[in-house]
Amino acid sequence: MRGRVALLLLGIIAATARAAAAQEADWPFHGFAQVNWSVRTTSAEDERLLSSDFLLGEERLQLELERFSASGTAGFLVKIDFFHDALDKRADLEVREAYVDVAVAPVTLRLGRQIITWGVGDLIFINDVFPKDYTALFSGQPLQYLKVGVDAFKLDFTSGLASAEFVVVPSFEPDRLPGPDRFVLFDPFPGLQPVERRPDLSLSNMELAARLYRRLVGADVSLYAYRGFFGSPVAQPDGELEADQVLLRFPRLNVYGASLQRAGFGGVVSAELGYYDSREDPDGSDPWVPNSEVRALLGYQRQLWAEAQLGLQYYAEWMQDYDAYLTSLDATSELRDEVRHVATLRYTQHLAYQTWQLSVFLFLGLSEADYYAIPEIRHRLTEDLWLALGANVFGGGKRDLFGALEGNDNVYLVARFGF
Amino acid sequence: MTSKSLSALTAVAVFGLATQQAGRGEPFSPRPQGAAPLANQAVDAGEIVARSRDAFYAAATDMRARVRMVLVSKDGRTRERELTMLRKNFENGEQRYYIYFHRPSDVRSTTFMVWKYPERNDDRWIYVPAINLVRRIAADDARSSFVGTDFSYEDISGRDANADEHRLLREDTLDTGTGYVVESRPVRAADYERRVSWIDRATSLPLREDYYDVQGTLYGVFTSDEIREVEAGEATVPTVVKRTMQNVKTGHRTEVTFLEVEYDVGIRDDLFTESNLRRPPRRWIR
Repeated sequence: MRGRVALLLLGIIAATARAAAAQEADWPFHGFAQVNWSVRTTSAEDERLLSSDFLLGEERLQLELERFSASGTAGFLVKIDFFHDALDKRADLEVREAYVDVAVAPVTLRLGRQIITWGVGDLIFINDVFPKDYTALFSGQPLQYLKVGVDAFKLDFTSGLASAEFVVVPSFEPDRLPGPDRFVLFDPFPGLQPVERRPDLSLSNMELAARLYRRLVGADVSLYAYRGFFGSPVAQPDGELEADQVLLRFPRLNVYGASLQRAGFGGVVSAELGYYDSREDPDGSDPWVPNSEVRALLGYQRQLWAEAQLGLQYYAEWMQDYDAYLTSLDATSELRDEVRHVATLRYTQHLAYQTWQLSVFLFLGLSEADYYAIPEIRHRLTEDLWLALGANVFGGGKRDLFGALEGNDNVYLVARFGF
Repeated sequence: MTSKSLSALTAVAVFGLATQQAGRGEPFSPRPQGAAPLANQAVDAGEIVARSRDAFYAAATDMRARVRMVLVSKDGRTRERELTMLRKNFENGEQRYYIYFHRPSDVRSTTFMVWKYPERNDDRWIYVPAINLVRRIAADDARSSFVGTDFSYEDISGRDANADEHRLLREDTLDTGTGYVVESRPVRAADYERRVSWIDRATSLPLREDYYDVQGTLYGVFTSDEIREVEAGEATVPTVVKRTMQNVKTGHRTEVTFLEVEYDVGIRDDLFTESNLRRPPRRWIR
């Protein structure tokens, strides 16, 4: 069915383009064609569980169409990806963004599917509670695919004193996490079948998010508030399920936070703080629901020399009610530290008038001694075509965040032609 | 410091407007050479450069320009960028710039904003539309190429006149005009060791700039290739509508052409904000 819809859409687009060409009007669409493959480089022990050495194999066409009135009062943007998954041998489409803007100063409404990015972290998100696709990141898709659109109503308000964004997301969309279909993963519930239960589509389950921001003594300062759910599910036994099933659910979460970014120390200094208020486990005694946490980030980026940038971050998660957590744990559970420390490093070097870009992102778990590295070489062959060759390298203990992905080290290739 | 060579080229202001202050019609006339003692002569050279910066970077109250940048490699291969630039002057020598990229395809819709301060590092932000992300850019951008061109980020907002010490060498005539030849040596960090500028006597616009490295070798040449009178209300403003920065060492050059340029178009102060980075003001970026 979706395949037919995709074909139909493509047909309409082709016809429109042809009509435009006939009138010698501007080509109305922008976008790109992209080929993206990723191959596993580790021979995992349980390799035979997987049907393929490939994590990703796809051809993708992104078409973008936008129109705005000359005054900017009204407009729309639609960005649709048509792709063929060579591993699953299926074709599909994904609406990346599709929204209508209505601006009546000082208010702008953006209605529809949109990507929202908040906060000052580099691949670390505290107050950005909007869905992320970690599968895309870990399997070597370009960074823009880490962010997923939400179907939302957003109201922007601007004034000389401060500006604000208010977001209502009627239908909760969780993060996309690596699954056993393509990734070799540590299974905490061997033999059990996961059953995911998302929050019902009801008014009381609407996600609400707000951001208030302004400049303050040379800094960009934001305050955030969010009411919704944890983006990643928790597993717990459930009496209504079969004995061989385990329930994956999304507990309620509120987040309150702030961020700051300004020039300093010859570069840019960033700081972000968030309080993760775990609404279903206020005293930390429920072993199946995450405790509340304080999350904090400090970042610094500067130029090292010509065309070279360095970014450093320190990040910590401080679990609240740690005593209650210890008491509630059963003996077999892995003990988490009260505070988890993480450091990241990003180094980027451009060469030859920015036709070459060498970069590496390093994520180091200081508490859990796990790591994640993304080295990449990117070359712009012509103005419209770039190629990237990179790798995702994971390591650490089996129960650590990135250690659990250890069997999935991969090398990826991207070729993209933009138009 | 070869690593610095690339952006040394850049100390010249590409983006600035080549213009004389609208309404300030009188050509400036420093004391004739030789008539003043050496100490005063140094002051005059500083004034010449300061006035040139004003003419080149700060003409009228605001400006909108559609700009094409052509990058030409040694073997003649070309790449192109096209952008719309908005600039407005604020109090105390502060300026704000807003740039919207039309081409190439992978930076289309990317926006870039600079708040320039006379005596300290500029604030710079970039907006990446694919992930709806606004980020500050680390400020030492005198040494980074602006989107892969021979010009640096610093060129967007210009180098402060008092970031160098200036000395009037002589007067000279080029194809594009007659003016002063000023030698400048950096006081604040720069890629060049010495810069020699030809500044037009009538318009104060830079006609040519030569950049020398520590070894005294010429490595970069900036030229104003076409100057045109552009309307600004009642007056007209002489504007450099075509300019080139050439890297003598690599043979690479960047040619910048103002396809359209307008002055005093009434850009509002509050255009230069984060919310407008995320939602480009359509009436201005065409």
